[in-house]
Amino acid sequence: MAGKDKKSSDAKLNSYRTGPDEQGHFGLFGGRFVAETLMPLILDLEKAYNDAKADPAFHAELTDLLTHYGGRPSPLYYAERLTEHFREVAAAQGGKGGAKIYFKRDELNHTGSHKINNTLGQILLARRMGKTRIIAETGAGQHGVAVATVCARFGLPCEIFMGATDVKRQSPNVARMYMLGAKVNAVTSGAGTLKDAMNEALRDWVTNVHDTYYIIGTAAGPHPYPELVRDFQSVIGKETREQILEREGRLPDTLVACIGGGSNAIGLFHPFLDDEGVAIYGVEAGGHGLDVENGHAASMSGGKPGVLHGNRTYLLQDADGQILEGHSISAGLDYPGVGPEHSWLKATGRVNYVPITDKEALDAFQLCARQEGIIPALEPSHALGYVTKLAPTLPRDNLLVMNMCGRGDKDVFAVAGYLGMTI
Amino acid sequence: MTKETRIDRRFAALKTEGRKALVCFVTAGDPDADTFAKLLAELPKAGADIIEVGMPFSDPMADGPAIQAASLRALKSGQTMVKTLAMVANFRKTDPDTPIVLMGYYNPVYVYPVDKFLDEAAAAGVDGLIIVDVPPEADEELCLPAMERGLNFIRLTTPTTDAKRLPTVLTNTSGFVYYVSITGITGAAAPVVNDVHSQVARIKGATELPVVVGFGVRTGEQAAALAKGADGVVVGSALVSAIKDSLGPNGDATAKTVPAVVDLVKSLSQALKPV
Ligand SMILES: Cc1ncc(COP(=O)(O)O)c(C=O)c1O
Repeated sequence: MAGKDKKSSDAKLNSYRTGPDEQGHFGLFGGRFVAETLMPLILDLEKAYNDAKADPAFHAELTDLLTHYGGRPSPLYYAERLTEHFREVAAAQGGKGGAKIYFKRDELNHTGSHKINNTLGQILLARRMGKTRIIAETGAGQHGVAVATVCARFGLPCEIFMGATDVKRQSPNVARMYMLGAKVNAVTSGAGTLKDAMNEALRDWVTNVHDTYYIIGTAAGPHPYPELVRDFQSVIGKETREQILEREGRLPDTLVACIGGGSNAIGLFHPFLDDEGVAIYGVEAGGHGLDVENGHAASMSGGKPGVLHGNRTYLLQDADGQILEGHSISAGLDYPGVGPEHSWLKATGRVNYVPITDKEALDAFQLCARQEGIIPALEPSHALGYVTKLAPTLPRDNLLVMNMCGRGDKDVFAVAGYLGMTI
Repeated sequence: MTKETRIDRRFAALKTEGRKALVCFVTAGDPDADTFAKLLAELPKAGADIIEVGMPFSDPMADGPAIQAASLRALKSGQTMVKTLAMVANFRKTDPDTPIVLMGYYNPVYVYPVDKFLDEAAAAGVDGLIIVDVPPEADEELCLPAMERGLNFIRLTTPTTDAKRLPTVLTNTSGFVYYVSITGITGAAAPVVNDVHSQVARIKGATELPVVVGFGVRTGEQAAALAKGADGVVVGSALVSAIKDSLGPNGDATAKTVPAVVDLVKSLSQALKPV
């Protein structure tokens, strides 16, 4: 153990971008905690991914799909009116600040979120592995839609597991999945949210290992999923890097992204982890507030390390190691765990993880719609909720990039309900 | 090799008697602490040769609806790890011989934390552990420390455990090898007897350890058929389903609960008797 700890602290001195190790560890976190039935498959997946990584044809096919099917690169947009707004807020408080706000507009991707970056990558892997049936879990339904989409595109049957609570609150996405030809299984165990959907997807996988590929939707799960999802999502950060250099001639000062399992966030952050001058914030779902027991989904700000769904990571749990359901207004953030690389980045102090409540996110949602003419998903509304707090405190020459990782079409009915609108 | 455990002694005795082991799975605290304690005490008399005690978990990913429900009943009635260990210690006061294997998922053990859990489990008279989601790749963190305390670490082998992987799975396994008869979750499809026989033969060719067959065993007839060529069978979902079916309208235990399980165990045990 001592040897292992030393290795990870040495790695920290040199680079934050070398993980995971060959067993899938990011320091203490990560690993492969799965039932034996799945182990051979996960080892196969690791091999298939390593082969694909080294194959220029794989990258060429993926890049082509991302460009012509996914709509990449997504724009880096200067949010001028919000920038002005935060400067006015700063001035009203007697300050002179107000960071310059950019949105990385992954909500413009095909299917409406960053999720397509990952599903395109994984469907190509599934094909390489000769798998003929696809399953996935989904919370907000954005990942489910992105999976149903690539399955339609490649003619593979797919089944999506979605918590019954989420089926209700994200009904537009359920309709989309049906239209794309997917079978949607409403999961009633537990609180009927993302965690329960993931349990059920794992149960299906264990039963159908011989022909089924499981497209995990976030940078979590057993190794190699956290690594490969991160790699597929890193296109966000790589583009951002090029775009900001072109626009501003230098790197950003601040990055902000919301964290459910952490895939859009790690995708933005990873290419910048070794740039010391870049301050990085991951925004967790604070729900009703961190002081409300089982009333939030901020696993890093309000949980402790444990093992679930194949990896060791921060989890919401009680003193006896039973997993809590948590709560968030956003179905996509309503998950009691987080990807292991984030747990490690928290432990090393490289990234700051902060909570934003349901109410703060709803306020940011409305602010963005009115100020920028962009209706954000409730997930990035959490990121914007933190930008609302942070931007006025930063100097005007601070370049802040926020990942606008999804659009709010799926949320408009739910938000109208929360706001008491009659439509 | 760990030193001889109750599990080793039990299998040695069964061999002399020419019998197959009936391994019974029940979830600690299901449906409530008192009923479970009574049930545990009755199981050996009814014919359970080895008892697997499930440590309830909120997210039993490898289990089907029956054992999921058992886990939830136990948690709802207030079951904790401390209580589970105390129940084993109590059982040991009156039964010094029947092996007890704790079975479950890693997180409740991990947060206990591991060293304290292993010390207390050994002191309580636990003989072995089956932790579904800790593969041999992670032996250092749980399996090896368990072996140091004289606990058997029992590994699952599955239809996907191919010849290349089997030695990895067997390396630190002791007590017995648990062959999972299907690719799937507990209590799901019925295993195909012939496939199981050939797989068990393959495993027995690679280890001296006893091999027991589990997942999907419901009836005496099926148990007897699957046990051929193996050293025993595990019954779980059928037992916890019997508990469920015996409960009153509000989900409480009734006078029928313990007898329902005991009768089922008796009939399974009878079916496994050599003819
Ligand atoms: C738009 C959007 N953003 C964020 C998330 C959260 O996932 P992650 O943290 O993996 O980006 C989701 C998940 O459903 C989502 O739909």
